[in-house]
Amino acid sequence: MTIGTTERQRAGERAGHTGFARVLHAEWTKFRTVRGWMIGMIVAALVTVMLGLLASLATHSFCTPVPGEGCPGLLTGPGGEPVDDSYYFVYQPLTGNGSITIRVTSMTGLITYPQAHPNAIVSGVEPWAKAGILIEPSTRQGTAYAAVMVTGSHGVRMQYNYTHDQAGLPGSVSAASPRWLRLTRAGDTLTGYQSADSTHWAQISAVELPGLPLTVQAGLFVTSPSDVFIPPGVFAGFTAHLTRATAVFDHVSLQGKAPGGPWIREDVGHVPGGPPLGQGGFAESGGRLTVSGSGDIAPSLMHGRPIEDTLRGTFAGLIVVIVVGAMFVTAEYRRGLIRSTLAASPRRGRVMLAKAIVIGSVSFAAGVAGAAAAIPLGEHLLRANGVHLYPASALSELRVIAGTGALFAVTAILALSIGAAARRSAAAVAAVIAAIVLPYLLAVSNVMPLSAAQWLLRFTPAAGLAIQQTLPEYPQLNAAYAPGNGFYPLPPWAGFAVLCGYAALALILATFLLRRKDA
Amino acid sequence: MSTPEPKERGADWHPEPTGSPEPNGRLKAPRRLKASTALHAEETKLRTIAGTYWLLAAAIALTVAVGAAVAAATRCPAGPACPVDTVKLSLTGVQLGQAVIAILATAAICGEYSTGMIRVTLTATPRRSAVLAAKATALTALVLPAGTIAIAGSVLAGRVILPGHGFTAARGYPPLSPADGPLLRAAAGSVLYLALIALLSLGVATTIRDSAAAIGAVLGLLYLPPVIAAVLASNPKVQQEINRWAPTNAGLTIQDTTNLHGLAISPWAGLGVLAIWAAAALLAGGLMFRLRDG
Repeated sequence: MTIGTTERQRAGERAGHTGFARVLHAEWTKFRTVRGWMIGMIVAALVTVMLGLLASLATHSFCTPVPGEGCPGLLTGPGGEPVDDSYYFVYQPLTGNGSITIRVTSMTGLITYPQAHPNAIVSGVEPWAKAGILIEPSTRQGTAYAAVMVTGSHGVRMQYNYTHDQAGLPGSVSAASPRWLRLTRAGDTLTGYQSADSTHWAQISAVELPGLPLTVQAGLFVTSPSDVFIPPGVFAGFTAHLTRATAVFDHVSLQGKAPGGPWIREDVGHVPGGPPLGQGGFAESGGRLTVSGSGDIAPSLMHGRPIEDTLRGTFAGLIVVIVVGAMFVTAEYRRGLIRSTLAASPRRGRVMLAKAIVIGSVSFAAGVAGAAAAIPLGEHLLRANGVHLYPASALSELRVIAGTGALFAVTAILALSIGAAARRSAAAVAAVIAAIVLPYLLAVSNVMPLSAAQWLLRFTPAAGLAIQQTLPEYPQLNAAYAPGNGFYPLPPWAGFAVLCGYAALALILATFLLRRKDA
Repeated sequence: MSTPEPKERGADWHPEPTGSPEPNGRLKAPRRLKASTALHAEETKLRTIAGTYWLLAAAIALTVAVGAAVAAATRCPAGPACPVDTVKLSLTGVQLGQAVIAILATAAICGEYSTGMIRVTLTATPRRSAVLAAKATALTALVLPAGTIAIAGSVLAGRVILPGHGFTAARGYPPLSPADGPLLRAAAGSVLYLALIALLSLGVATTIRDSAAAIGAVLGLLYLPPVIAAVLASNPKVQQEINRWAPTNAGLTIQDTTNLHGLAISPWAGLGVLAIWAAAALLAGGLMFRLRDG
């Protein structure tokens, strides 16, 4: 009896500050000692890797890769990302520092088979059609560059190296409202200026192109990207149609060391014999230069895959984690252990919290292990299949790996909470799987319109999968930014926050019910 | 643990006085009576478990609600044609309804293991295959009418919603009508689909016994192949194989009414693939049921 007293005293002393640690330890011991649950977590990591590898193995390149060279025709920019680089260019070699100034007085164009008139070629300017000044080391496709330009309906822009875009004066160009543009080169620095009247000039941006050679190609360019259309209302498919733009330049002046003489013309990225409307053209009369072109100078989202493609096994891992997460609490109800648990630590909120921490931590570890193995192995397989991978920074790779762990952790906590609230494992497991996997499935499998698919990935727990997206979205690029193509409607952390919100609500509900109801 | 006596006795052991003469003097066939008793027992259990009718009601409500929501979200914009299979669209809710049916099927067997009821069941009907067959029959008898209501509700919702969203007869979308052959096939097939999902789930659940693990396995089997197929656009060959052999991908082709030549497998053959999955799962369940102790 004396021993019992001292034990009780000690327990009383510890209860104040280490009470929660003891509950946590008890929950961890429960989890650790059920062999099926530990095996389940290992299986969760393994299926994530295995299914990811199988999917990577089955992923083919859209092109026919040439051994040792990868995809023929795949262009990559200075940052290693796939790019499009085709435009009509009218230029002079410029040696040393110098500048070009021009006035753009008109921009017109053709759009083939637009959505409103599917059987006609109509006149119109594609919103991201570009016309302006371009300076680049050479006309090799994929080279570094800087350009100032007017666009179809996004005003004046300065862009460089495909992915960078800076807005200038808004509004479209016309004879009544022309735009003056200037691009100067000083060493490795290229500075773009704009003006509406040639007297008041404003700098748009100054950019560095390290290693720019002494002689660069400087001149006027026109290009016009495909008209990408995602029909509203029906499936999230998309159409892309050829467009062409024509711009009129005058007051063209080239300062600096240039050979003079006639402009050199090149339809960069176009081979003779392509569609006639895709071919550019040039005409000069009395100081007015009329240039037509088709194509784009921009990143390409059609010619590569992001690293998250290696994580297609995530759903399999999540399903296992959901099963274990729900069982972690429903098994206690089934076996009556919950009564002992609650007798040992009557503060029920703490029990729920301790369970959430234990299942969350273990699931996090499983997710991190799965993703950390699946990404490098999958990357290897994808490259071997000739798939070009988008470069992802170490930081975003880390975010994807830790994010997959966090996805597992929060999903497990959601399953635990629903399991505690429902007290029935089958219903809890099915509800959480249906809430996470089914919205994603419906969103990516083209059964509903884009707006509905995006709605699903904004407001259901499936939004959390956005944490895995590294595929970049460029406002200056026409593309089918649809879930089926790997684009989530919410930014990574915002999407993850939606899932966290559901898990937090479920945990609060479960704690509330655990307190209110008899075990 | 293993006590083989009841199983061995099972073949000719009749705990109930089945051999007693009927008023007309003839003996009742013991075997048939046993099968029907087992069926009656399973029906009674399934009917009286708390939750069966709630689950059936939830399956109906969710199927109709998802179908109606997807129909409401879809519009046929003015101008160009909209390539929409309005029948399949209206029946999208089956994707969610099947999860509820799977819960029901899992509960029908796993509930007995978690409560220990299975020992009573097997004492009363020692033949494992008879128990499983009775469970399958009782389950099908519940799912078929519930599925019929769910599918009829979905078609009705599509018929009410779609014409207001540009899917008019003038544009080649007559209102959904049961007189339409392909629609009738899609609707009847979807009811059968739900029943087969119930049988598949029952088989998997009998094999696994733990309800959480069983429902996880079933829903993984149902949802993962479509997810993988959807993201494998670069490899049409593998995509086609998944669409041909995975239970949901193949089974749900029964809902297609347009562009049939573009399917990986024809509608009835697709449902047949699901039937093979269900039969295989039941067979595995039956074997495990016999081999294991209870």
